[in-house]
This record gives sequence, C-alpha cells and structure tokens, in this order.
Amino acid sequence: MSSDSSADGKFGEYGGQYVPEALMPAIEELRDAYERYVLENEDGFVDEFRQRLGQFGGRPTPLQHAEHLSARYDREVYLKREDLVHGGAHKLNNALGQVLLAKYMGKERIVAETGAGQHGTATAMAAAHLDMPCEIYMGETDIQRQRPNVFRMRINGADLNPVTAGRGTLKEAISETMRDWATNVDDTHYVVGSVVGPAPFPEMVREFQSVISEEVRKQAKEQFGTLPDSVVACAGGGSNTMGAFAEFVDSEARSASGRSSGRSPREDDEDVSLLAVEAGGSSLAVDEEEGVAPNSASLSTGGQGVLHGARTKVLQDEWGQIVESHSVSAGLDYAGVGPELAYLVDEDRVSAVNVGDDAALEAFHRLSQEEGIIPALESSHALAYVEKVLGPERSAATGAADADAEVDDEAAELLGDRIVINLSGRGDKDLETVIEETDKRDIPNAPDMSEFAGGL
Amino acid sequence: MSRLPSAFGSEPAFIPYLAVGDPDIPSSKQYVEALVEGGADCIELGLPFSEPIAEGPTIQKAVVRSLSGGITPDAYFEFVDDLDVDVPLVCMTYYNLIFRYGAESGTAAGEGDYAAPGPRPFVKRAAEVGIDGFVVPDLPAEEADDLREACDEFGLDLVFIVAPTTTDDRLETIREQVSGYVYVQARLGVTGAQADVSDQTAESLARIADWDVPKAVGFGISSGDHAARVVEAGADGIIVGSALVDIVADGVENDRPTAEVADALREKARELKEGALRSAKRSPETDGR
Repeated sequence: MSSDSSADGKFGEYGGQYVPEALMPAIEELRDAYERYVLENEDGFVDEFRQRLGQFGGRPTPLQHAEHLSARYDREVYLKREDLVHGGAHKLNNALGQVLLAKYMGKERIVAETGAGQHGTATAMAAAHLDMPCEIYMGETDIQRQRPNVFRMRINGADLNPVTAGRGTLKEAISETMRDWATNVDDTHYVVGSVVGPAPFPEMVREFQSVISEEVRKQAKEQFGTLPDSVVACAGGGSNTMGAFAEFVDSEARSASGRSSGRSPREDDEDVSLLAVEAGGSSLAVDEEEGVAPNSASLSTGGQGVLHGARTKVLQDEWGQIVESHSVSAGLDYAGVGPELAYLVDEDRVSAVNVGDDAALEAFHRLSQEEGIIPALESSHALAYVEKVLGPERSAATGAADADAEVDDEAAELLGDRIVINLSGRGDKDLETVIEETDKRDIPNAPDMSEFAGGL
Repeated sequence: MSRLPSAFGSEPAFIPYLAVGDPDIPSSKQYVEALVEGGADCIELGLPFSEPIAEGPTIQKAVVRSLSGGITPDAYFEFVDDLDVDVPLVCMTYYNLIFRYGAESGTAAGEGDYAAPGPRPFVKRAAEVGIDGFVVPDLPAEEADDLREACDEFGLDLVFIVAPTTTDDRLETIREQVSGYVYVQARLGVTGAQADVSDQTAESLARIADWDVPKAVGFGISSGDHAARVVEAGADGIIVGSALVDIVADGVENDRPTAEVADALREKARELKEGALRSAKRSPETDGR
C-alpha cells in the first residue's frame, strides 16, 4: 500500500485539496478507501464494480465504424458509443463506482450535484440500484431547462434540492453540495460528478471512467490491428475526456506524485493524439467588467486559479472572482476544468481546441441525419471539431496558402487516418434546447420544424 | 507587524465579523466603528469571494450584496486603509483572491500568460494598509506553505480553523502552521447563527488546551449567553459573524437608516462582549467547585 509521504494529490502544480478544515478528515478517509478498494481490489471491490457495470450498465459499449462520416472526411472515423451506457451517458461509470465505494465505506447517505442532470440521474439510478438514500442539488435555472432529468431523478427515488444562489447553475450546485457534505460528513459521501474537486476525486473519477479508453484500446486492436491515430472528446469538467484518454497517457505523465494506479508506460501510448474539445460558446472573449464569459473554454483561455477544492485553470475576472460561463450545452457549462487535464495540456500531451455553439448544433443535426444517432450536445462539440478540421468547407478553403491553412494542415495531421470520437452521451435530453436554439440561428442542415412548433 | 496578541489580554476577546462593502462601503465603515465602540477587541473583515463554500445562507447573501455593490480587493484595501479604529484587523477571504492579486487579467486572453502571481502581492498590500492576519476557510494547513511564507516575510499572522472532525495527526500539522489565534469551529457545517451552543465546543477546546496560541470559538454564537458558555468552556475569545450580518440584512430588507443599523450592531456587540466578560469573572469560582 502506498504511503502518505507523496500523497499530495497533485498533477504538476495543479490539483491539491483546497477545502474547509471540517472536510479534510473525510477526504483522507476517502483517499484511504480509494487506495484499498479501487487500486488494490480489497474485498473484491473492483470485481463487483466491473460485474455491475456489465450487467446493470450495459458495458462494454461498441466502438462503431461510422461509415458516412468516414466517407465525408476520407478518413476512418469510429464512434465510442458511451451513449449506449445505461442512462444514456458515460456518467454512470463514475456514479456507480462511487456509490458502490460509499457502501463499502459504510456510508449511509449519498449527496451529489448536477448541472444538466446527467450526473444526477446517473447517481439516482446507481443509488436506487444499490439501495442508498440519495439527495441531489441542482441549480434552479438548470431545473427549469432540464425538466425530463428532474423527473427521472425523482422517479428513481432521489430527493432534489433546488439551489437558488447566483445564476442557479452547476457551480452554485457544487458549492451547496460541499456545504451539505461539510455538515453531514460523518455518514455521507459526496459523489462528485467529474474529474474536479479536491484530491482524490480527480484521480478517482478518472479511474472509474478509464474503462472507456481501456475498451477503446482493446477494440481498436481487435478491429483494425493497431491503436487509433487520435482520440477526440469534448471537455467541460473533463470526465469523459479523461476516461477516453487515460489509457493512452503513461502513468508518469499522469501524476507528478507518481501515485496513479501504476500502469507502466507502453511504447505506443505517445503515438495517439489526444484532443480535448471545449465549448467556445458564442465567443472566446471574457467580459471581466460584467463577470461573464460567453464560453466554457477554461483550458483554452482560463488562468490558473483555485476553484471547488483544486488548483486548475478557471474562468475568472482580473481579481480572481469566478465568472459565469456559457455554452449551449449545459453539461459543458462550467468555469473550471479537471486539474489533470490542465496539467496534460501544459505538458503538451493533450491539445486543447474549441468549437462554438453554432458548429455544435450543426454537428448534432449531421450525426442524427447521416448516422441515425442523436448525440448529446456535449458530444456534438467533439464531432464539430472533426468537421471543422476535415469537413468539405475547410477543404474548399485550402486553396489560400495563408497561415491559417498551415495551422489547419497541422490539425488535420494530428487527427490522422484513424479517428476515435468519444460519443459521451445521447441527445434525447437536449431535444427542446436544440429545437429552440436552432430556431434562433441559421443552421443550414437543420430540418424545418416550424409546422410543429405550436405543438412543442 | 501583527497586533493580534494585543487582542487577547487578561479578558476574553470579542471578535466580530462583517463582510466589507455590505451593503456599501460608507455604511460598512460605520458598522465596523460601531462594533469597536461596542467592545470589539479585533475585527474579522470579510473580503467577499464569488464561491463562498464554507458559508451558510446569511453570509452568502452578504457576499452577494457586497459584490453587487462593486467591492474589489483594491476597494477593500482602500477601505481598511481609511479605517480609523484602534483594534487588530484580520482579513477573512478565500484563497483564489489571494492567489490572483496583482494579475493583469484573469484569463490567458490569447497572450498565453495564465500563471497566477501567488500570495505575496496580496500579503504585501494587506500589510501596507494595516491588516494583521488572515483566515482562509478553503486553505487547509497542507496547502498553506506559500501563504505562510509571505505572512512571515511581512510579519502577519495566519489563523487556522480546527473542526470537530480534525484528527489528532492533523492537529499537529495545524499547530506547526498557526499563529495569532486558532479558530475553533464549534460544530460541523457552515457558518450561521444557532439557537444554542454546541456541546462539541468544550471537547474541541480540551484537545488543544496546551497550545500556546489563544483559542477563539466561532460558528453559531448569537447571544450573550452563548458567549458566556463558550468562555466558560475555556475559550480565550468568541467570534461572531452571522448574528451581526443578520442585523445588516434586516437593515437592508427594511430600508433602515445606516445610523439605526449601526446602533443595533453596537448594542448587540455590547451584549456579546458582556456575556463573554460575565463568564470570565465567574470562572475562577467555577473552577473551584
């Protein structure tokens, strides 16, 4: 068992444990439980987790060759179908792992925050499955715009606590859940929904999600005999991102403290390009006076800061006050990002790129029409990035030998011939938003819904 | 150089908290003066942060009022500089504001300069305007080396919180880092006025009885009787926030004149201070029983 001597939970200078003193013992207890059960499989925790992920969660998910996208880009495009996980997103991988861990730890109550409602529904499902009382904190604004998920959580038996502070979205919900945890720390586990928060959450959530890249690795070898040239995933907090990347990052680069699960580096790891696609929203600028960022691109534009327990890259004003982020996709709408991703971007192991709201909506409609899969708006950002680099519009523009074209060539090179896009979730939850947002814009490939508009 | 030791003389110290700029700078100034007139021995001056994870609803609302009033770290420092009170002042804020102070912008903004200045510029400026120490609720001792170093350089104190859940191992870590006073969190949870004082207080105080820094108890103290009981349990001081912020909030909600709110604060301060003293006078006798 690893000792505490190097247990600082840092990724380079990112990460750490910036939490109230009252929570420190709970975090130490969690680290101990994480090391024993998750890393060392004490009492067969990992076996039970994998078994339940298969039977209850529906894993493994396919790595599907996307025929029409492949033809469109003249590359081999594969979709990692996390939309087929029970609940419709990768979120269950983590929620099931943490609720099960809480049970092994003897906790009697689960709390969780949720933004778009995906993590909340996954936690509510896992808690019902494992018979744990569960309370979800959700911002009032998010409750209004994600009604179906609110109903799902309630129907699974979870209590829902509306958060009215601030703008009533994800960051307020996280703050409020931390307050609950600080009050009820003795018998309660906080199921953090992404690779954010104080150590060991970023590392632990990544471990639970790394089943995605573990399967991709195996499936790629089976299906085309080699690793993909690139893996593309959207990044908000970054849990699907780290899940899709983890098995392609050697463990030394993963954690400066060398405290990862200890997988030894493989020589082909570095051959796989890793692209984290952030929500560019409507603009990459930040209005520091107004305290608003019309995007959620913390990796691309954020400064170093401390938010929700970790040092990472955050969207903030000149004084360090956290600003309100924006994305058409509620699941990416967050002013921070996982500390490990911030570190991997600084180390040039992961490339941070971004696409805006319009491109994501176009990609949503494209996949729905061309492949028969309605993707989550979050995942649509990953799809949109591939379109931005390899799509027909870009090919038509490459006649101009300017600096932009050169950058585009580099980006196309980075994606390579075999591209895996992590389809982190399905888009049923987004239908109302998509119809409303599409209506406000000129999205060329969107179907005409006007004759049905009255009925929606 | 920190004046914090002067707050803890022969009598128990009364340490009130207010969010600076709640609801505006001029009112805030009168409120702080009223608390000193009411007997405050030291003041915790809150610098509001947008994500106050350790605060209950009362102080969260104060933070919102203050931020919408336009408070910034520079406006805060100016406020402290202008303040004409003769008691030590402790800055209570969250780490990101300390970590980022002096940056030209919060983002990389295309220039690629996303590094943070670290705590030194903030501590330097705080020392210039007459701050004596810091309480940073989201900075446990494990992450505090940089701030401790800056505090040492400028002769300021760094107060740490001890919670009912703090383990014996962690008590030792905190003991090595703490100076000024130790903030004993009276119960689990977030800040907020309570109807009664927690039993955990005496137990927490007993665990650190041999520390040579003064012990001040906070979280939930809202009356003179609470104050008396906490001092009886062995505290060297009492910290009161939400019960005072409630008075400010009431003033805002009912549109009361600033002077009237200041009077109410002065009166509440007297009640709390007298409560603390009442018990102190009685305690030798209590010990004798």
